[in-house]
Amino acid sequence: MTQPVRSVIDILDLSPEELDRLMDTAEDIIARPERYREACRYKKLAALFFEPSTRTRLSFEAAMHELGGAVLSVTDAAASSAAKGESVADTAKTVSCYADIIAMRHPKEGAALVAARNASIPVINAGDGGHCHPTQTLADLLTIRREKGRLSNLTVGLCGDLKFGRTVHSLINALSRYEGLNFVLISPEELKLPSYVKNDALKARGIPYSQTTDLEAVIGNLDILYMTRVQRERFFNEEDYLRLKDSYILTPEKLKKARPDLSVMHPLPRVNEISVAVDDDPRACYFKQVLNGKYMRMALILMLLNLQPA
Amino acid sequence: MNVDSIRDGIVIDHIAAGGGMKLYRLLGLENLDVPVALITNVVSSKLGRKDIIKIDAAIPVNFDVIGFVDPGATVNIIRDGILKEKKQMGLPERLVNVLRCKNPRCISCCEQELDQVFRLANPRTKEYRCLYCETKAAGI
Repeated sequence: MTQPVRSVIDILDLSPEELDRLMDTAEDIIARPERYREACRYKKLAALFFEPSTRTRLSFEAAMHELGGAVLSVTDAAASSAAKGESVADTAKTVSCYADIIAMRHPKEGAALVAARNASIPVINAGDGGHCHPTQTLADLLTIRREKGRLSNLTVGLCGDLKFGRTVHSLINALSRYEGLNFVLISPEELKLPSYVKNDALKARGIPYSQTTDLEAVIGNLDILYMTRVQRERFFNEEDYLRLKDSYILTPEKLKKARPDLSVMHPLPRVNEISVAVDDDPRACYFKQVLNGKYMRMALILMLLNLQPA
Repeated sequence: MNVDSIRDGIVIDHIAAGGGMKLYRLLGLENLDVPVALITNVVSSKLGRKDIIKIDAAIPVNFDVIGFVDPGATVNIIRDGILKEKKQMGLPERLVNVLRCKNPRCISCCEQELDQVFRLANPRTKEYRCLYCETKAAGI
């Protein structure tokens, strides 16, 4: 019997058990990469990136190559049929004829869902505007599990743009399903976490959280500090962006107040919200996140294509 | 005031007073060429005051719109002068092409052929969110 096509648009499309399995697979890929080198042989990933991206696109491409598969890429929306006015639905139907799985980034929120509803192959949301970015969350979860040895009983500080930061929303949604979490939301007033995320993920589950504008006042309480960039592309008004972009800059000086076992994370790219001087601090985990992201994307591709290693 | 009973049609009853006109517009009843009666501020033992809409024709109506505007409304389907079916409304799980997403970043705002779909996010607060971008529905 044919398996139904499964897509991942939101991190909540994956159950906690599936997340555990994906992380276990990623760990196995890290430990025994040779088992996976031919796992996607003769399979093709269509990387449809209608919005600028470096790491996510390269991560998907590297993931598919390391699984022995091939990659078809759209990297410039202006050079694609989208520029001629083709709908996302038609693009998804067309690409389904060429590839076995789609990874799509699109500036419009909900575009990946539209693609999934029209494609006959699995669709992975590689970021839809300010909405969801589930594979970044997969990278974040594996990083936390590898750094802390657990995903429960953690005090997690989220700092920066909590309003438009899709990675933050997805991470809160994912972590809210684990026990003993406590969130500290650190942002300027204008970039506070939207009420629907607070209501659905935190209040509805009785998860404790606090809100502050002062990073230094709370940094000493945190197990995880997840920094985010204030994203120019999410603002309609340049003045607002310029006023808010330097709200938080993490420096070695500020880190002196933090615990020795703090893990500093960032979805990257950063602009200046983490000083480069922090990179040498053993608590800096953001480049490990990048690598973990590739392994989790490999695990996700295998899961959605129902493939097993050799 | 008397409004004749209908033989084949629909009676939307128990509309909270003041909701009748909104429902009349959202159902597009002003575009029909069949007899339609909108009766407002009728004395009701249950609601105190209520509105009633009577449509004297067996036409299809969008029950989701009725449930969205007034989940407490009831719909009576009349055939050959007899009550054939009585439906208790309630908040619909989904609304299709009733509301429009106001988020300019939403795919449904730039791809006009897409249905505008909202899902019930919180029955207690009657909150609907766009299926595509999760933006909270603005009022109608």
